[in-house]
Amino acid sequence: MTDRHTLRAEDLRLGYGNREVVRGLSVDIPPGRVTVIVGANACGKSTLLRGLARLLPPSEGAVLLDGRDINSLPTKAVATVLGLLPQTPTAPEGIRVADLVGRGRYPHQGWFRQWNRGDDEAVAEALLATGTLDLASRPVDELSGGQRQRVWIAMALAQRTDLLLLDEPTTYLDINHQVEVLDLLTDLNRRRGSTVVLVLHDLNLACRYADHLIAMKDGLIVAQGAPGEVVTEDVVADVFGMASRVVPDPVSGTPLIVPIGRHHVAHAHPVPVGGDRTTGLSG
Amino acid sequence: MTTRLPTPTPDRTALVGADDGADLLRARRAVSAARLRRGGRATAVSLVLAVAVVLVLGVSLSLGEFPIPLPDVAASLVGLADPATEFVVRDLRLPRALVGVLVGVALGLSGGLFQSVVRNPLASPDIIGITSGASASAVFGMVVLGLGGVAVSVSALAGAMLTALAIYLLAWRRGVSGYRLVLVGIGAAAILNSAVSYLMTRSRVDTAQQALAWMTGSLNARTWDHLVPLVIGMAVLLPLVVAFSRPLRALQLGDDAATSLGVGVERARLGLVLVAVALAGLATAAAGPVAFVAFLSAPIARRLTRGAGLALLPSALVGALVVVLGDLAGQHLVSGAQFPVGVVTGAVGAPYLLWLLAVSNRVGRGG
Repeated sequence: MTDRHTLRAEDLRLGYGNREVVRGLSVDIPPGRVTVIVGANACGKSTLLRGLARLLPPSEGAVLLDGRDINSLPTKAVATVLGLLPQTPTAPEGIRVADLVGRGRYPHQGWFRQWNRGDDEAVAEALLATGTLDLASRPVDELSGGQRQRVWIAMALAQRTDLLLLDEPTTYLDINHQVEVLDLLTDLNRRRGSTVVLVLHDLNLACRYADHLIAMKDGLIVAQGAPGEVVTEDVVADVFGMASRVVPDPVSGTPLIVPIGRHHVAHAHPVPVGGDRTTGLSG
Repeated sequence: MTTRLPTPTPDRTALVGADDGADLLRARRAVSAARLRRGGRATAVSLVLAVAVVLVLGVSLSLGEFPIPLPDVAASLVGLADPATEFVVRDLRLPRALVGVLVGVALGLSGGLFQSVVRNPLASPDIIGITSGASASAVFGMVVLGLGGVAVSVSALAGAMLTALAIYLLAWRRGVSGYRLVLVGIGAAAILNSAVSYLMTRSRVDTAQQALAWMTGSLNARTWDHLVPLVIGMAVLLPLVVAFSRPLRALQLGDDAATSLGVGVERARLGLVLVAVALAGLATAAAGPVAFVAFLSAPIARRLTRGAGLALLPSALVGALVVVLGDLAGQHLVSGAQFPVGVVTGAVGAPYLLWLLAVSNRVGRGG
């Protein structure tokens, strides 16, 4: 266990039925880093994440965990190394926070290994790290959206995997809670050395929190690397079909994408790419 | 422009800092205490339910045309009463009572498993057509093939299995989702119930009466011959319930979350459904389709334990209590008239179904 676990995809094709969503891409997830996948709606970013977590078997190509085909490994063994928090998990009616977080211990238990102190400790640590300890005996149904999301992340943390994949963990959260969740995941990465892979909607938060950014379009990777090297006005135009200015974020120094729409533009700017629906009303 | 972070060194000991060690210890104690408290509540609820089942059982053994005081009931169970009393208690009343308990346990577990697997409170075997399948098959056996006794039970069990298979296949589309399973099941129940009605109109009056009595769900005239196959079936199925309840806890969180936790989702679900169908089929084969017990037991148990997880043991005990109590009420509540247990449970269960439908629609959950 001295080496970190590695995760990579080779010529990966994923789809639902006849509809191909990820269309033959290869990617190496840098170990011990925070990787963020961005792209427009329906570009295949969530599908890629599901494929990487063996939730969707590839139609072609393979996902390799430590060099071995993830779909050929025992699923429970994979679950001790790689965890995924889906976008919309279901909380059983009436379940309490500590109980829900405790379900993250499933892959560590078995016939002859029932619940023990170590499990309690993993749950306690996850609750503490996510600031949900005070909620431990509350029913999950009664929590606010932000609290609930932190509880789900606590469940994923209780699984104690080196690789943690999260599908849009900040969706539906207020901006303060979004930052809180991303800070928490960064803590996890820095303190424990976990490899974190996120799908995010917010480009600017993605640029700030990613060590490695993957930009997708139409089921393929358009660009990847450190956000400072990857995110240019051209790339944003290509991936999102939107003109923008990219300036240094005054807080973090990472790229800050300032969109250019048709209205409220103070100075002259190049004609918006893909925005040639501009009518006489613009300007 | 970006500051590349140095690759952090892995520190598996803590996500929280080292100075938070005391906090972690306190947190662990709080988590253990909360878990023990919840476990304690579930245990207490189970104990109370078990005692209630035994009490009701005792009362139902003592009441009847030939009333026997409770001490004599206890004495006859351990073989210390006179032969006549022992005959009444052990050979006439005990089989009926024990069949009631086991049928209740089987239905309570079956409903609890179904509702958790499908993640829908409507998905109990009596709502989604499993018991209708058992009934149709049993009535077909009685009316068309002229079967009786154990053959009817076997035919009911086979009907439950076939119906479940058909519903599962019809609802399958790259895996089985809850809503589709419930809707397909309700459709199947409607078809099977009309098949039963058709068979009844085609049958002779006395056969129809026999079929009708069976279909209401009754513990009348149950003997050791009914009890033995039920005991054997339960002895096989209960360990399977325990085995499958572990992945079920993960499965409740949704398919994606369960897969991430290392559960082979389709295999676990198929196993759970098979066990739940077998339980429902076994119970129906022994006592006919006792209405609403499967549907009611788990929700009642969960309310009593206040969300202590699956609550399978309390569900089983609630099921037993409902059946035994229902049978007792049906036999003795109205003097001069005896109702089959299914009439009593139906009268209690139907309002709950209406309430659930009303509440589900209002807040947009469940059904």
